[in-house]
Amino acid sequence: MVISPETRAAIDEAIARTPQPRGALLPALHLVQAEHGHISLELAAAVAEILGIRSGDVMEVVSFYDMFHARPQPRHHVSVCTNLPCSLRGARTLLAQLEAHCGVAAGEPTADGRLVLGREECLGACANAPVLRVDGTYHEKLDSEAARQLLDGLE
Amino acid sequence: MGPQVPLITNYLTQHFLDDAAVGLEGYERLGGYAALRRALENSPADLIELITSAGLQGRGGAGFSTGLKWSFMPADGELPKYLVCNGDESEPGSFKDRILMERGPHQLLEGILIAAWATGAEKTFLYVRGEYERPAEALERAIAEARARGIVGTNVCGSDFAHDIVVIRGAGAYICGEETGLLESLEGKKGQPRKKPPFPAQYGAFGRPTTVNNVETLCHVPHIVNNGADWFRGFGTEKSPGTTLFGVSGQIARPGLFELPLGTPLDELVFEHAGGPAADQRVKGVIPGGLSMPVLPADQLDVPMANEFLRERRTMLGTGGVMVMDERTCMVRASVVIAHFFRDESCGQCTQCREGTGWIHKLVERIERGAGVMEDITVLEDICAKMEGQTICAFADAAAWPIQGMLRHFRGEFEAHVVQRRCGFAESFEL
Repeated sequence: MVISPETRAAIDEAIARTPQPRGALLPALHLVQAEHGHISLELAAAVAEILGIRSGDVMEVVSFYDMFHARPQPRHHVSVCTNLPCSLRGARTLLAQLEAHCGVAAGEPTADGRLVLGREECLGACANAPVLRVDGTYHEKLDSEAARQLLDGLE
Repeated sequence: MGPQVPLITNYLTQHFLDDAAVGLEGYERLGGYAALRRALENSPADLIELITSAGLQGRGGAGFSTGLKWSFMPADGELPKYLVCNGDESEPGSFKDRILMERGPHQLLEGILIAAWATGAEKTFLYVRGEYERPAEALERAIAEARARGIVGTNVCGSDFAHDIVVIRGAGAYICGEETGLLESLEGKKGQPRKKPPFPAQYGAFGRPTTVNNVETLCHVPHIVNNGADWFRGFGTEKSPGTTLFGVSGQIARPGLFELPLGTPLDELVFEHAGGPAADQRVKGVIPGGLSMPVLPADQLDVPMANEFLRERRTMLGTGGVMVMDERTCMVRASVVIAHFFRDESCGQCTQCREGTGWIHKLVERIERGAGVMEDITVLEDICAKMEGQTICAFADAAAWPIQGMLRHFRGEFEAHVVQRRCGFAESFEL
């Protein structure tokens, strides 16, 4: 796995916008993950070299932040907010229904690698609970039927 | 597309229902960036004086005086100095900054540019919560528009003031909303908060003097510049002027985002604006300011929503996230959800917090399962007391306060779980 010239150019732009190269680490990791789906040790080493820091500095950041993944991921991330405002409006029931529908528990990817169901700690859409985040997009005020259809529509 | 959430509007949100007002052209047509031009004709010292006399308090949770915070920046001295706009909104129950960024990106940019001029900052880092992809895109578009029109760049609105704004996306860590955790994150590190002092005004982003302000706080600034301190003090209470955005959620007829004066009574918010609980239900308790803040029981909802009154009830306004629970809800179960969140999000740096949040969760969960003993309740109280005020940042306090609030007002429910060896709330949400 290598960082493409396009991604490299975008990382260089991020470096130019920050006073120290390391300030571009989060932007760089978002870019690399968008290209490769996860940040392997090899990719972390490449990012470290670009920014002039150690691989360990990169991996400790990857492991600290929930949105960065060190391992290959299923094609889609589906997460249900289960914090208090959503729980009060049926989010946990919805998650249980989706677990049954997909035949997996939250946190386990489906066998075909299509998706992983997860719990999210407050997505900041509390007035429209329950809320589902599918990859980068929010789906609000969902009932169980609409949520199942949404999941079935994912490739 | 609209704001996608029911609104009560005032000066911050007045144009949020109008899609045409989101872009630069619409914003300027409605008088946008007039406050910035006026601010640039005034000295930074005059602006700091204006914001201080208006009494604007930070809307990110702590409620500190914004003018005073700006005045901590060294007035001269070497560049660079920075402004950081905290858009890492992650407090459960809070969603105001997301709407402010998506529906009013230029209002925020105008507030940023005025604050930057007042504090002598040459660059702003606008740190947006990682999950907030749409708001980050809206801001990137707005910055590009403003740059193309000479509002952001080497000569802000034709003046000698140069300012650049950079959007940085977080990556899913609640602790990065803590201002020094955010600074560490900006520098490409784990978001573990720093010891203070030194405060950000001395040693901030990349070691340079930095002001950190919340999104909503900065959105109030152009309105104060346009209309004056006395106008701003015409809203709210003497000690807490202005409006704020209350996000109301939970077991309520009309959840939404309500811009109302500070000091609006909590019962008016819950029953009048949000329509009260379901027809056959009664309110049991309300968390008034995001998950970190202690709950209030149903007989205390007459409290005006401003810190000087909420403190008397041993809670705070926090981020204005109001969560309503009706009588079906088991407060021990709600406590499990709260405790799980803080256990999950503790950065692990301080022992009291790392260990305390884990133990609180274990104990509350055990009581909920019906496996607890009476002593667990006193141990819980003991752990909370030993976390408060003992750590580098306020996260440990934020983890202890809501549990202390639950024990203060609903201790009987915890005891009933122990005595009956089970949870007696059949209609509460399932864990």
